[in-house]
Amino acid sequence: MTDASELYQSLILDHNRAPRNFRVLEHADRRVEGYNPLCGDHFTLQLRLDGNRISDVAFQGSGCAISKASISLMTMAVKGKTVEEVDRMFDSFHRMVMGQGGPDADLPVKLAVFAGVREFPSRVKCASLAWHALKSAIHGEAVEPEAG
Amino acid sequence: MTTPTLHRPVEPVATPAFDVAQARRDFPVLQERVHGKPLAYLDNGASSQRPRVVVEAEADYALREHANVHRGVHTLSQRATARYDGVRESLRAFLKAPAASEVIFTAGTTAGLNLVAASYGRSTLKPGDEILLTEMEHHSNIVPWQLTAQATGAVIRVIPVTEAGSLDLGALERLLTSRTRLVALTHVSNVLGTVNPLRQIADRAHAVGAVVVVDGAQATAHLSVDVQALGCDFYVASAHKMYGPTGVGFVWGRRALLDAMPPWQGGGGMIQSVTFEETTYAPVPARFEAGTPPIAQVVGFGAALEYLGGLNREQVDAHEADLLAYATDQLLRLPRVRVFAATAERVSVLSFMLDGIHPHDVGTVLDLHGVAVRASHHCAQPLMRRLGVPGTVRASFGLYNTRSEVDALIEGLREVRQVFG
Repeated sequence: MTDASELYQSLILDHNRAPRNFRVLEHADRRVEGYNPLCGDHFTLQLRLDGNRISDVAFQGSGCAISKASISLMTMAVKGKTVEEVDRMFDSFHRMVMGQGGPDADLPVKLAVFAGVREFPSRVKCASLAWHALKSAIHGEAVEPEAG
Repeated sequence: MTTPTLHRPVEPVATPAFDVAQARRDFPVLQERVHGKPLAYLDNGASSQRPRVVVEAEADYALREHANVHRGVHTLSQRATARYDGVRESLRAFLKAPAASEVIFTAGTTAGLNLVAASYGRSTLKPGDEILLTEMEHHSNIVPWQLTAQATGAVIRVIPVTEAGSLDLGALERLLTSRTRLVALTHVSNVLGTVNPLRQIADRAHAVGAVVVVDGAQATAHLSVDVQALGCDFYVASAHKMYGPTGVGFVWGRRALLDAMPPWQGGGGMIQSVTFEETTYAPVPARFEAGTPPIAQVVGFGAALEYLGGLNREQVDAHEADLLAYATDQLLRLPRVRVFAATAERVSVLSFMLDGIHPHDVGTVLDLHGVAVRASHHCAQPLMRRLGVPGTVRASFGLYNTRSEVDALIEGLREVRQVFG
């Protein structure tokens, strides 16, 4: 890949410019910080869980286009999904950006837009930051309501 | 910080122009192609490339002369020792230092600053003593002092950076008190390229009895360094930012200070005699060079010093100043660009941002154009907070860079704007 537009596809640029679910989530059950000290990407991810299901999700923060688009698209993909479904998505996304397999059936089709990242080893962490934050949020401790 | 000026205006002087085409032939890596484009290596502030003579000197030493230094009576060990200590003398000459014994080889600038902070700092600082740093320091000249402050009870104070990208010398006057025991500052900012007025600061520091430690990592490739004229007490730098190998650098320190300092690391080569009850230490510099040093790298460092010494410094200065002026001018012609250029004296380091575009994204698109820049916080997070940015894009020029490489940078930036709008 030697063309910038193959990495920065229009969907990524769109979510970079106008991120979805970019807000403070009231009454969140989980809140986690995703931070990459190498490049300063820093996001706060908030979740509301309805039993085993993510009923709402939102984020705030700043970072590069890849990291911001990734967290924005992720929030759209996981809303309404169960923890098990999200875990499978995480694994599938991870395999895809690490170059260990193409996007498969566990991954919503839009997220295949990040497949190009595998050609840019220094940018893999940008794409996967959101997913690591999410995994830690759903498998971590519940937060005090006021902290949400 | 938006109306940059040059510290060395390009004047139509009689000096013939630097033969950059000739110099480029000394650096084979410059012929590489990246993503199908000619490499434009503009990341010299992170690490410069090595001329063939440096690599050959290392290889030649390793293939024909290697033995341990200061150990053997055999011929190869004596040759290796002569090569190794010969470079110490080359460094003394480079720094215009009084004595070669004041030059200590380290693993690099970071190791050197840790040496001074651990040995000099921990043995002299008392609770309530103040260490004065600056807001433009690299983390390497912050964290070692924090460790020393935690161990000794000393307190860290910080000289702020002005809007113009220089040290606030008015604040320096207020911060320097009888409690100030040590001032540690960079010679040249790795982000802004600012050349700090070391002599002036050293004189003020000495007036209150403080010792001055200088991080010279970004300076030695661009400036003639005279540690006595600069008036500092310690000067620390790395070979790999001055066309030499990685893994080696140096500390220069005033002999009287070094003599009074305890060892930093213990081991072979730094002792006079050892029993299980007591060890007496070797005199400087051996006291601070425990273990087998990176001998081949030191030999390569010597070749780099020789290479630099063989260039016409005035020509190189004029060439680098021209690149900086040209790049600054071309950058400012682009729409929505913010240039973080010091208005004071500066070297060929240029930080900038394209409004609304993260430096990492800029760096990735430039890489696709074969242009290597640094895009990050540059290990200077306090300065990034001062500038109010997450990071910057930094183009840093070396003696082998050309105007056409600046053009490749600008062309790459135009595409960044096209992609991101």
